[in-house]
Amino acid sequence: MAKRSAPEVNAGSMADIAFLLLIFFLVTTTIEKDSGINRKLPPMEESEEDVVIKQKNIFTVLLNGKDQLLVEEELMELKDLREAAVEFLDNGGDGSCDYCNGAKNPSSSDNPDKAIISLKNERETSYAAYISVQNELVAAYNVLRNKRALEVGPKNGFSGMSFIEMQNNYKNVQWVGNRTKLKEVIDQIKLEYPQKLSEVQ
Amino acid sequence: MSKFKKKKGGDLPAISTASLPDIVFMLLFFFMVATVMRENSLKIQNKLPLADQVEKLDKKNPISYIYMGKPSKGYEKFGDVATIQLNDNFAKLDEIGAFISSERAALREELIPFLTVSLKVDKDANMGIVGDVKQELRKVNALKINYTTGKGDALTNMQ
Repeated sequence: MAKRSAPEVNAGSMADIAFLLLIFFLVTTTIEKDSGINRKLPPMEESEEDVVIKQKNIFTVLLNGKDQLLVEEELMELKDLREAAVEFLDNGGDGSCDYCNGAKNPSSSDNPDKAIISLKNERETSYAAYISVQNELVAAYNVLRNKRALEVGPKNGFSGMSFIEMQNNYKNVQWVGNRTKLKEVIDQIKLEYPQKLSEVQ
Repeated sequence: MSKFKKKKGGDLPAISTASLPDIVFMLLFFFMVATVMRENSLKIQNKLPLADQVEKLDKKNPISYIYMGKPSKGYEKFGDVATIQLNDNFAKLDEIGAFISSERAALREELIPFLTVSLKVDKDANMGIVGDVKQELRKVNALKINYTTGKGDALTNMQ
């Protein structure tokens, strides 16, 4: 018997099918952009015992209904907030902080561990302003942590790495290096500059 | 026999469309890979503010979304102040507790403590409603939250 060749499949409609699928995915696509500022809310059951905090260890930030910023009883522009917060956190007033580079002003915070930033907003405050302030305060902590990471890193074999890079490397699966040690360094820096941001309701 | 016979081969040769499917498939694969299905269709305006000190929202952990913003066009009857949207519907403040418990019920037990609530709030909303939502979340002990933002310079938010 002679070999019969299989009949050729008509590929003309292939493009139509592909277009159909393409259009479906085009319509449903949202390019992923989920990132944001992580926060932890305080638990509901509040301990009744009052913790005594010295006034000088509290950095009050007030955001009013007109999105104006009052920092330590003074009006301030948003762009100056980061610097003011860094100055406050890094002050090291009682001399117990040997890694601080601040002015050691006795009327400002004692130690980064004791320094608390208190943020108060009103109901009329716009969300955009609130996020901007949150962002600047987180940035202040990151500035200090980055600086500290550049000091601590070289001793542990992670020279030239800022805190943010350390965190990214730790999360990155492809990163080659001593993970447990990196984790230790990250935790140490987090302890030295703890994020103490409280919100007043 | 006509004198005016058309000349053959004078016109342009047809462009081959044989490679068209290949091109389209290439595009198709790109979009298939880049696609994230939208969880909800939004009935509110949702223009996120910008921030630059952001962390990636970890997809490994479960995430619930709460949207807030002004009702968008066609939904004006729901008012013109910022409202809450859960899943596909407008919601009241007291529905948040039930929403979180239903989200938790859908999870495996060991993942429940890692549930992150992503707040997608329109930049023009005011903090009143956000504060109320945070208070509701505290009541049901959903304490991990994320203010989802776009990436950019935070100082430009208020203009």
